[in-house]
Amino acid sequence: MALTNETIKARLTEKFGDQLSHVEEPYGMLTFEAPKELNLKVLNFLYDDEELKFRFLTDLTAVHYPDKKGRELAVVYHLHNMTDNIRIRFKVFTDISQPDIYTATGLFSAANWMERETYDFFGINFVGHPNLKRILNVEEMDYFPLRKEFPLEDQTRIDKDDEMFGRG
Amino acid sequence: MGSDFLKFLNCPLEKLSNYQIELIMSEHHIKLPEGSIEKTTTTLNLGPTHPATHGVMQNILELDGERIVSTEQTIGYIHRAFEKLAERRPLAQITTLTDRLNYCSSPLNNMGWHLTCEKLLGVKTPKRVDYLRVIIMELARISDHLICNSIVGVDAGAYTGFLYVMQYRELIYEIYEEVCGARLTTNIGRIGGFERNFNDIAFQKLEKFLREYPKVLKEFENLFQRNRIFMERTMGTGAISAERALNYGFTGPNLRAAGVDYDVRVHAPYSSYEDFQFNIPVGTTGDNYDRWLVREKEMWESLSIIEQAYRKVQDLKGAEAEVYHADVPEYYLPPKADVYTKMEALIWHFKIIMGETEIPAGEVYNSIEAGNGELGFYLISDGGRTPYRLHFRRPCFVYYQAYEELIKGSMLSDAIMTMSSLNLIAGELDA
Repeated sequence: MALTNETIKARLTEKFGDQLSHVEEPYGMLTFEAPKELNLKVLNFLYDDEELKFRFLTDLTAVHYPDKKGRELAVVYHLHNMTDNIRIRFKVFTDISQPDIYTATGLFSAANWMERETYDFFGINFVGHPNLKRILNVEEMDYFPLRKEFPLEDQTRIDKDDEMFGRG
Repeated sequence: MGSDFLKFLNCPLEKLSNYQIELIMSEHHIKLPEGSIEKTTTTLNLGPTHPATHGVMQNILELDGERIVSTEQTIGYIHRAFEKLAERRPLAQITTLTDRLNYCSSPLNNMGWHLTCEKLLGVKTPKRVDYLRVIIMELARISDHLICNSIVGVDAGAYTGFLYVMQYRELIYEIYEEVCGARLTTNIGRIGGFERNFNDIAFQKLEKFLREYPKVLKEFENLFQRNRIFMERTMGTGAISAERALNYGFTGPNLRAAGVDYDVRVHAPYSSYEDFQFNIPVGTTGDNYDRWLVREKEMWESLSIIEQAYRKVQDLKGAEAEVYHADVPEYYLPPKADVYTKMEALIWHFKIIMGETEIPAGEVYNSIEAGNGELGFYLISDGGRTPYRLHFRRPCFVYYQAYEELIKGSMLSDAIMTMSSLNLIAGELDA
């Protein structure tokens, strides 16, 4: 029997109950959220479960939402079950003042550089990562450039006024 | 053991037993005098501007004689902050950023991006657009694999193949040029289709390519495939098992060479790939030779897909045979002549260029089978004119971390070939 979003949802609720939240299906991909302490438990369950078998880490990245107090940073995992050819998206949110998340390197070797990249750009501290240092930026950098507080253009410029086009 | 070691050294290699060879390997190759403060291994800085790396990346190798003990990869030399730049650009302007990811097959990245936008915006493209896109994408795949395979040859010391096939890659570039005006960083296509219809010259050039290329590919294959020197250089080097490859997030030809038949074109068909008949070549050992073979076979499959697509394009009748973009005035620029004469067209033109059209809020992950594997776009839109967040899943970046595991214990010269047979493209690696 092919795996569907409904069966995955049922299996997950059976295991984790109401600890999972924000279960949605944007553009057909099952998306859900778990408390950040549970991220490894959920990943492990998805990996080991004989029915779910999400054993391929497609992508790992982060998003910064400065307006969400207490849950500013989201770490997003894209997992793929290659046997049944189905993908899911799994998110954990963390406070920006203490962005500690357990590393997934024990489960996926692929997570190593993906987590380094995420640390490099968002400053998420992956607890237990074997080599958590900057990967694309220079090591002397002392900020995390993809956070929203760093505007792309020099804010002191006065010769460019975009106010007229609704994007001040 | 010391005297044994010297005895073996004077003996021809084929006369040694496996045990004796192992004994030699277990010896340290550099002998230092008693009490020396030097270390027994050599540190070699390969890159960032070493010609054999084919791109800007650094490997700090720890060598014991010619054998690699460990390596540390440093990347990021051409990091251009595309993900940050994309947060200030309307969707249509991001296409030029994707050009510069894997610049050996820019059209694939462009199409991947258009397909992602179309998924977000809910745009449905006509069949002819899909087929034309398939033609362009498969041409790009051929040019990508052609570069990779011929460069593997160069690193093995066979320069002729590389030089010879370059003039046939030129034929592909001429087709791009006819379709979009550019050759390397193509910016080909638009959201909804192509910026203009393919002209007759483009189709003539395509026919010329389909006529001339198979012969050349066969010749190129004959130079390498059963060439004893090439086989001995590549077989058994840089190998990875299917389990490790999956765990490392390998995709594309590198994963298929290890024996996993995962191909996005089949597992999540896009751009009407479900209408085509083709095989997915797989290898068994995941070594350099298998990677080379998989790419070689994929070029033949691509050729067959292009032929099928071209036939399908020719079979279309009536209005269907002329259409080259979807009917989506909100996202597709009106013809320039209309912009100068018609009010409606002028308004749309202005709105699209200024990024003032309605973009739905949503989260999309879309992936295509690019030259190196699964190229994914994770796009979050908050309804504003630019993406809230855009992340590129670059296949190169994901699988290059396995490089240390692939080359540990092998010779320096094999490591160079492993790097080229992984098809490492610095632009895609660093984004």
